[in-house]
Amino acid sequence: MARAQAELPASPGRDPHAVAVADGMIPPAGDLPQRVVAAHVGTLTRLREIWKARELLVFLVRKELKVRYKSSFLGFLWSFLNPAMVLLIYYVMFSFILKNGIVDFAVYLMCGLLPWNLFNTALLSSSGTLVAHAGIVKKVAFPREILALAQVGVATSYFFFQTCILVLFLVGFRVAPAWQYLPVMLLALVCDLVFTAALALMLSALNVYMRDIEHLIQVLLVALFFAEPIVYTFANLGSRLGAHHLLWVYLANPLTPIVMAFQRFIYGNVSGALPANCPAHAACGVLASYGQGFYLEILGAILAGSLLLFYLAMIVFRKVEGNFAEEL
Amino acid sequence: MTAAIEVEGVSKRFRLYKEKYTSLKERILHGGKIPYNDFWALQDINLEIAQGETLGIVGRNGCGKSTLLKCIAGILKPTDGEIRLRGQLAAMLELGAGFQPELSGRDNIYLNAALLGMASREIDKRFDDIVAFAELEEFIDNQVRFYSSGMYVRLGFAVAVNVDPDILLVDEVLAVGDERFQQKCMRRIHDFQEQGRTIVVVSHAVDTLRQICNRVAVIEAGQLVTVDSPANAIAAFRDTLLAIGESDAIPAIAEDPAVGFPGEPQRSGATRRVTLSGGRLETTVDRPKLYPGEAATVVVDIDASEDLRGVAFGFSVWGSNGTLIFDYDSGQAVDLPRGRSTIRFHFDAVPLLDGTYSINVRVQDPHGGVVHARLEPAATMQLQNPGTSTGLISLPVRLEVTHEHRPGDPLLAEQVTT
Repeated sequence: MARAQAELPASPGRDPHAVAVADGMIPPAGDLPQRVVAAHVGTLTRLREIWKARELLVFLVRKELKVRYKSSFLGFLWSFLNPAMVLLIYYVMFSFILKNGIVDFAVYLMCGLLPWNLFNTALLSSSGTLVAHAGIVKKVAFPREILALAQVGVATSYFFFQTCILVLFLVGFRVAPAWQYLPVMLLALVCDLVFTAALALMLSALNVYMRDIEHLIQVLLVALFFAEPIVYTFANLGSRLGAHHLLWVYLANPLTPIVMAFQRFIYGNVSGALPANCPAHAACGVLASYGQGFYLEILGAILAGSLLLFYLAMIVFRKVEGNFAEEL
Repeated sequence: MTAAIEVEGVSKRFRLYKEKYTSLKERILHGGKIPYNDFWALQDINLEIAQGETLGIVGRNGCGKSTLLKCIAGILKPTDGEIRLRGQLAAMLELGAGFQPELSGRDNIYLNAALLGMASREIDKRFDDIVAFAELEEFIDNQVRFYSSGMYVRLGFAVAVNVDPDILLVDEVLAVGDERFQQKCMRRIHDFQEQGRTIVVVSHAVDTLRQICNRVAVIEAGQLVTVDSPANAIAAFRDTLLAIGESDAIPAIAEDPAVGFPGEPQRSGATRRVTLSGGRLETTVDRPKLYPGEAATVVVDIDASEDLRGVAFGFSVWGSNGTLIFDYDSGQAVDLPRGRSTIRFHFDAVPLLDGTYSINVRVQDPHGGVVHARLEPAATMQLQNPGTSTGLISLPVRLEVTHEHRPGDPLLAEQVTT
């Protein structure tokens, strides 16, 4: 059948670009990559799709960072100012008013806050992200996991800003990290990322069906904050639980060993950190006296568990994803 | 030729919840069970779309055509069956979906193009083209929230067509911006066709489909009715509408008593001395629809309660979207005796193309002035164009091509018919 051609103006009116494009014939369909839309997709296929969309992840992270401080006077500076000011307040509170005797408390606090904030901010923002981006989810096809992962990416960016602030504090307090624990800390960071990403995926998907999750998580996170030795020391709680053979409960929270590993690396050389070098008139044995082997073992187990959780989260996500567009 | 899109046994079930319990409390209270009805939006759709083909999809509102498009795009997952796609796909379901009002046009181009699956290096290369196509050079660094709605959709369209998709899905978004920009969009669609890209268009604008599609699929209540040439498929679509007694192409103005539409034709007799009734259409064919060029007669009965001196008759023909196609008034006055008379408007050849037209009839003073009675609509006329021409009316025209050396011996001479 001869297709009726539209009544378009003849060549002179055509814009030059259109003509240039017209030269580029596309290759035959047989040579093009094939994609399948079906009720069930394999995990590997899905991982490959997410990997292909990594640039989108970068754009989404950049967008979040830009939008967050848009039309504020100090703009991007806030992402540095905010943690610095929080740190200053805690420092003044706990070093001068509610004296807790921990040497360089600001540094100790920051070590714990770094991995915690990564976890906390990522979960707070990712649990509602699919609902917040309903417009895109309903109208554009892309691996939706990216939206949750982008929130983890945003939290990771803040992690780096806060690390910069911590480095400034380390220089200011003249504290040198315990370098031999650097691999332990890096492993802890990887654990933190995988564990956070797994939970972010899971919660973001479930929140589409149960919007309570978003609010529930806010309360749970406040409680969870006190489950790790961040504002108090391991000796305050962990050791006391140990006396009742309940230390394993304390360590079963993946964030506890992660926080402890950060502290061991950054705070490990401060006097009073370990029972070995106790200063006069100050708290002694702020950190647990575990060695490198303990950290590597427990972090290894956490990483394995987190990867399993991530796999599970992907399955859950895909299971419920098919109906996102109608549920939102 | 290899198929670019293979839709195989695709069904999609939606759960229509009687009440929606999205909070945890409600879920627990109802023991996790939520009453729902199953609704099959698509049932066992099988469709193969060849590479380079442009397929149109028509159907009534809620028939499942957009669901099918969303399944092809991968936004919805089919409950059953699978869809195989070859090549990069871009879907234009809503222009500028995902634009961030806080960000500049520049940032939004990058974000939106990445959402559509474009690599950032590609976006760098295409950036200037996108901006030029959207005609937003001056405003590209302004925040999108300051854009007018026209600028917004232009940017959305520009990004979508510059993604360089092998398969383009379009949902009712071809009518964007002013007329000149619309032409530009159509031109880009034609470029895509020439380059052998595959296009799937969902639209209510059957004229657009007739113009750009190789084939048209008709969907009714989640089932594929037919896939055929545009002329046949559109005729089949109009038939399904007629069978249901509803047409979304016909607004209230063209309600047709003959097909059982609710609502009486509006009558008015200012002076009550004369009333019009019984408007009907007489044709020489036994089809419900006329072809362009066929004859038709509109008949209306007049009842006069007294002798009327010097009245004239007028009628008007209206398109389905309320356009006045033709208005006529007899000018010449007649005396109408008391009792029953009949007016006939004979059309020897109705020159209209596709659509439903309503005809209003009135009795009035000559040369305008007082209208004594009117019947709106007196009749509706449905036309179906079996040919390929599009537009509003069928212009009788002869086509002739001659060469400078042989002016008397035309290379081509034919009577154009619809």
